[in-house]
Amino acid sequence: MLLTLSTTHSPATDLGFLLVKHPDRVHSFELSHGTATVLYPEASEQRCTAALLLEIDPQRLADTRADGQQLNQYVNDRPYAASSLLAAALNRVFRTAARGVSKDRPELAATAIPLSIRVPSLRAKGGLKLAERLFAPLGWTVRGDVLPLDPEFPEWGDSRYVDLTLDGELRLADALNHLYVLLPVLDDAKHYWVAPDEIEKLLRAGEGWLAGHPERALIIRRYLAHSRALAVRADAALAPLEETPADDSVAEGAVAEKAKPLNVRRRAAVLAALAETGATRVLDLGCGGGALLGDLIREKRYTEIVGADVSPKVLEIAERRLRLHRLPDRQRARIKLIQSALTYVDERLRGYDAAVLMEVIEHLDLPRLPALCAAVFGDAKPGAVVVTTPNVEYNVRYETLPEGGHRHDDHRFEWTRAEFAAWCDQVAADYGYTYTLRGVGDEDPEVGPPTQLALFTKTTTEEVPA
Amino acid sequence: MTYPIALPELSLVVLVGISGSGKSTFAREHFLPTQVLSSDAFRGLLADDENDQAATKDAFEVLHLVAAKRLAAGRLTVVDATNVQSHARAALVAVAKAHDVLPVAVVIDTPEAVCWERTQARPDRTFGREVLRRQHRDLRHSLNKLAREGFRKVYVVSDPADVELRYEKLFNDRTELTGPFDLVGDVHGCRAELEQLLSALGWELTRDESGRAVDASHPDGRTAVFVGDLVDRGPDSPGVLRLVINMIAAGRALCVSGNHENKLLRHLRGRKVQLTHGLAETVAQLETDPVDGLPAFLDGLISHYVLDGGKLVVAHAGLKEAYHGRASGRVRSFAMYGDTTGETDEFGLPVRYPWALEYRGRAMVVYGHTPTVTPEWVNNTICLDTGCVFGGKLTALRYPERELVEVEAAQEYYEPARPLQPAAPPDRAAGALRLSEVTGRRHVQTLHGTVTVPAEHSAAALEVMSRFAVDPRWLLWLPPTMAPSSTSAVDGYLEHPAEALADLRHAGVHRVICEEKHMGSRAVVLVCKDASVAAKRFVDDGSTGVIYTRTGRAFFDPERTELLLAKVRDAATAAGLWAELDTDWLLLDCELLPWSAKAQTLIHQYAAVGASGRAVLPAALDVLSAAAARGLDTAAQHERLTGSLRDVRAFTDAYRRYVAPTDGITGITLAPFAVLAAEGASFAEADHGWHLSIADRLVEADPATFTPTRRLVLDLPPRSVPTDRADATDATDALAAEPGGASGTAGADAVFADAVARATQWWLELTGSGGEGMVVKPYAGLSVRGAKGLVQPGVKCRGREYLRIIYGPSYTEPAQLAKLRQRKLGRKRALALREHGLGLAALDTIGRDGPLWRVHELVFAILASESEPTDPRL
Repeated sequence: MLLTLSTTHSPATDLGFLLVKHPDRVHSFELSHGTATVLYPEASEQRCTAALLLEIDPQRLADTRADGQQLNQYVNDRPYAASSLLAAALNRVFRTAARGVSKDRPELAATAIPLSIRVPSLRAKGGLKLAERLFAPLGWTVRGDVLPLDPEFPEWGDSRYVDLTLDGELRLADALNHLYVLLPVLDDAKHYWVAPDEIEKLLRAGEGWLAGHPERALIIRRYLAHSRALAVRADAALAPLEETPADDSVAEGAVAEKAKPLNVRRRAAVLAALAETGATRVLDLGCGGGALLGDLIREKRYTEIVGADVSPKVLEIAERRLRLHRLPDRQRARIKLIQSALTYVDERLRGYDAAVLMEVIEHLDLPRLPALCAAVFGDAKPGAVVVTTPNVEYNVRYETLPEGGHRHDDHRFEWTRAEFAAWCDQVAADYGYTYTLRGVGDEDPEVGPPTQLALFTKTTTEEVPA
Repeated sequence: MTYPIALPELSLVVLVGISGSGKSTFAREHFLPTQVLSSDAFRGLLADDENDQAATKDAFEVLHLVAAKRLAAGRLTVVDATNVQSHARAALVAVAKAHDVLPVAVVIDTPEAVCWERTQARPDRTFGREVLRRQHRDLRHSLNKLAREGFRKVYVVSDPADVELRYEKLFNDRTELTGPFDLVGDVHGCRAELEQLLSALGWELTRDESGRAVDASHPDGRTAVFVGDLVDRGPDSPGVLRLVINMIAAGRALCVSGNHENKLLRHLRGRKVQLTHGLAETVAQLETDPVDGLPAFLDGLISHYVLDGGKLVVAHAGLKEAYHGRASGRVRSFAMYGDTTGETDEFGLPVRYPWALEYRGRAMVVYGHTPTVTPEWVNNTICLDTGCVFGGKLTALRYPERELVEVEAAQEYYEPARPLQPAAPPDRAAGALRLSEVTGRRHVQTLHGTVTVPAEHSAAALEVMSRFAVDPRWLLWLPPTMAPSSTSAVDGYLEHPAEALADLRHAGVHRVICEEKHMGSRAVVLVCKDASVAAKRFVDDGSTGVIYTRTGRAFFDPERTELLLAKVRDAATAAGLWAELDTDWLLLDCELLPWSAKAQTLIHQYAAVGASGRAVLPAALDVLSAAAARGLDTAAQHERLTGSLRDVRAFTDAYRRYVAPTDGITGITLAPFAVLAAEGASFAEADHGWHLSIADRLVEADPATFTPTRRLVLDLPPRSVPTDRADATDATDALAAEPGGASGTAGADAVFADAVARATQWWLELTGSGGEGMVVKPYAGLSVRGAKGLVQPGVKCRGREYLRIIYGPSYTEPAQLAKLRQRKLGRKRALALREHGLGLAALDTIGRDGPLWRVHELVFAILASESEPTDPRL
């Protein structure tokens, strides 16, 4: 990976003094993941360019398991693209210059000089746009080209790499600190485990420019590898900011923002339906992170609560979130978390008063739904079943949702009110239940409520005598 | 005089006797130490003191539990405790009954005085004589109560030193009979149809003067087994009885008791039974046509038989596994009437639990009792009652062939209470699979040993299986992972044909087939002749098959899947495969091409690596050249980075070869290389010449949809000097040897060197023109055994350029290559073999039309095995 740094300050060769690297020699440094070289492709009075070339040893990189969620730990862009590895090399090789001190040219070190920096291959998550938002407020003019993924296949479009050029008149030390912080921020994949001492590094390198940077929150979050705890501490250490910073995360779209109150209302609706049934022993099937379980624990009427989910990871999260290990024995005995898959018959789910399938069925491929019905309604046979699922008709009310799009990436289907009712009819007939339908959330006169809820009640009491 | 004791082979033997009577000595003499559960020993285990009476309650609790576990496992168990009080014995009788095992009491009746003498001699016994006297009193009171308490046999031994103990088999234990058998369904007095059926089965009939068959024998020495209900409703129950009685008397047949035989017997004994359900007809027929020895025959009928070493169980109404080979009233009742709920349905017929749906036993269970239109296998059980007397059919099952033979009823002799139902195969219904049969730590039996799946791997697989995989009823098999050949020492190569051939030669394979390894995505294709076949055999959702990945996910949406399936189906029809393989569905192992059809996201990630490399390296070279022009020494670095740029370009070329435009299914092709299974058949044993000949015919039928697989067959000579040398030695020798220069003792090695040379040339041509590489397989088929057991089904040998995608653009750089050569293959090989064993077992199960739960257990285990962490580059 490569970075070049040029100046047209006269005499330009003073750059060698500032960087403490003689322009007529090749300087080599052994670093933990490879070799860094500093050399000068040009060095005249008018213009002088220093190049930092970092050759990564992929084997050494692999040995330390330093993959930044790349393709895999063996085939990745780390030998080529600028990243936190380059930033670390920068820090190591130009440490003195970055501190703004110079034995030979102390005044020049404190002076803004014309600088041009080029990074021919920089992975920029957020593209040139984000690079502009990051560097322009600091006084840089940002230029660059986005590299195509493969010129032979133009239909594949652009890659995440940019050939970036920054021009500006800045102190060299500031320039180096900007790069040290912002190259990894653009790359957004640290090559090392981010420990609390990263906060100090960030504050040191960000001194004088980070506190007032409009993208401060994003810089902190990405620099600290999205660790919320570290970001809060770093933010507190900086001066307070009036504006709320913009959010760059695309994944948490507007739907999630709007749905937040809907989540709460949905849980309330489910709890109300459960309360109507008079159930005391209940199943939360597809309990996820345990939001509903938390509500259930708080209600004394529920003497036995079972949360079931197919994902062991999610169950761990639920266990932590519900602080099960801290509950007193008698409370702890009320709740149980188990791994289960609703397309299989699970004997452990038999004999409960009620079961909840809250926003679960739409995560199953439609052809597998009969297996779920057979397992839940046909085998577990709870006295009542509460099912909620999105009402797809309402999707037109979500402005950010593309037409025909689902509310969640993993939704395999979303039903209209008529489709849901038809399914309820079938289930009720096949397994001996009756049901009532109700809406959750604000009812739209045209497209109905955002969420639909069905409460099933078993009709045939017991067909198997002892 | 020696006192004889006869014990059923499986029984709970309860020793009864006061302290010091010699029970323990008796037990030691006649039983294994592990068979004897002594209350003293359990007290010792729990309290460190065999005489600590405070531990008695706990000791018996544990003793009863151990006894229960042993009996459940079918092991004879002896309880060594005083057992002089009836409550103590009652608890043991209950344990025996709970496991349908006969309780036997053996009383050691040693005079009290002798016992007292012995007690005094033992320093650890501190109780007084009154204790002994009380025990003795209790014993005297017990003696004549034992039979009433439920003990099936009671022996009172006065001289324990002079006992002759022998074991007797249960009546139902005929495990020594190995068949072959012809199992016959409910006859119900249909003599004519029975005669026809026996003839159809190849039996030779002996007839009486009126032309009725009175005996039958089979030229191949087969044994007939009647599942009961010989009588009632039909026109000639006496005739059927006479024939069967004579066949049994001649040792050519067995018969279990049906509920109708049981009722007839009660009638004959003068009990008051209603003459309903066709009994009146039998009674009338017997009045004019009496059968000799009928009561004795009926009385001697056993309710179930365990045959052929335990592999076959016959009972009239079926039998759950826990009851196999057991004896109790409820076992007999289950065998004759089924698992009844006590209710009756709207036709007045008893409602039964579908015990067969829950059946998971290894033994095949054959039964009758409930008439259906066609017999269906349900979890390795089958009901042969096809309602002959109701105008249906009389059906027989050939064992071990598993062939059904049937004859039509001449007429409806009796009107059924309810119409015969076509039996849907319920073990393949949605929701028939149970979580407890796939999760947790699992020990899965295969033909090649037991595979253990850790609980955390099962847990991980459960998520994939239930959320992303196709319906388990489609998922008959998953491809096992494949190990690469041993690492090559050839300059510049990590994998090389010399090693691949040496690996297989080392495993004892003498003929191999080198198959072109297509670079696409592994695809398993299950194609049915039409939707009705799919609905009947697999899933009734309107589709005609599936195309799934190596983790069981569907490749395409239903619409595109059907388009591609239609092409496969048409080609199979054109090639005449349906008739030739006698099937209406096929399971094919294929590679789906091009790679970019499914792996676009992955390829973009590779492209990104190339893009960044191709951007930065020229810039870096410019910098180095400019610096050199200024007189700086950058030669070494320049050379190095020039090499890197060359590598990155080669890397880019490597992935580009596997990219081709597709639109819908246009541009997508399949390269089939194995026909895994079809209805009632696994082709694991067929050689690869056959597999590829089928593939060739599909290609011929539709060259636009199918891609041919190039191949090379080579014979490998056995190793001339069998030694324990490392695998690599053969390969190195072969490359050093002069190809073709065979002479003297070095002949075999020279022949091998020649094979290596041919394979290498072929492989270099293949990979030189962009091929991924090859897979070297034992020619004989998928299931090949060598000296050390199952042989890897194939060893991959990937091309030098292709491996850049796997190991990185510059992996050929000598320092990197040296490091990569230290790769360890053991784990990957072991994993590949385990998964292969599971896959073969799945195919074997499918070939025998085995139950869905078993197929799924195996396929699930393959998926779970994939959770094992291995080097992803291998």
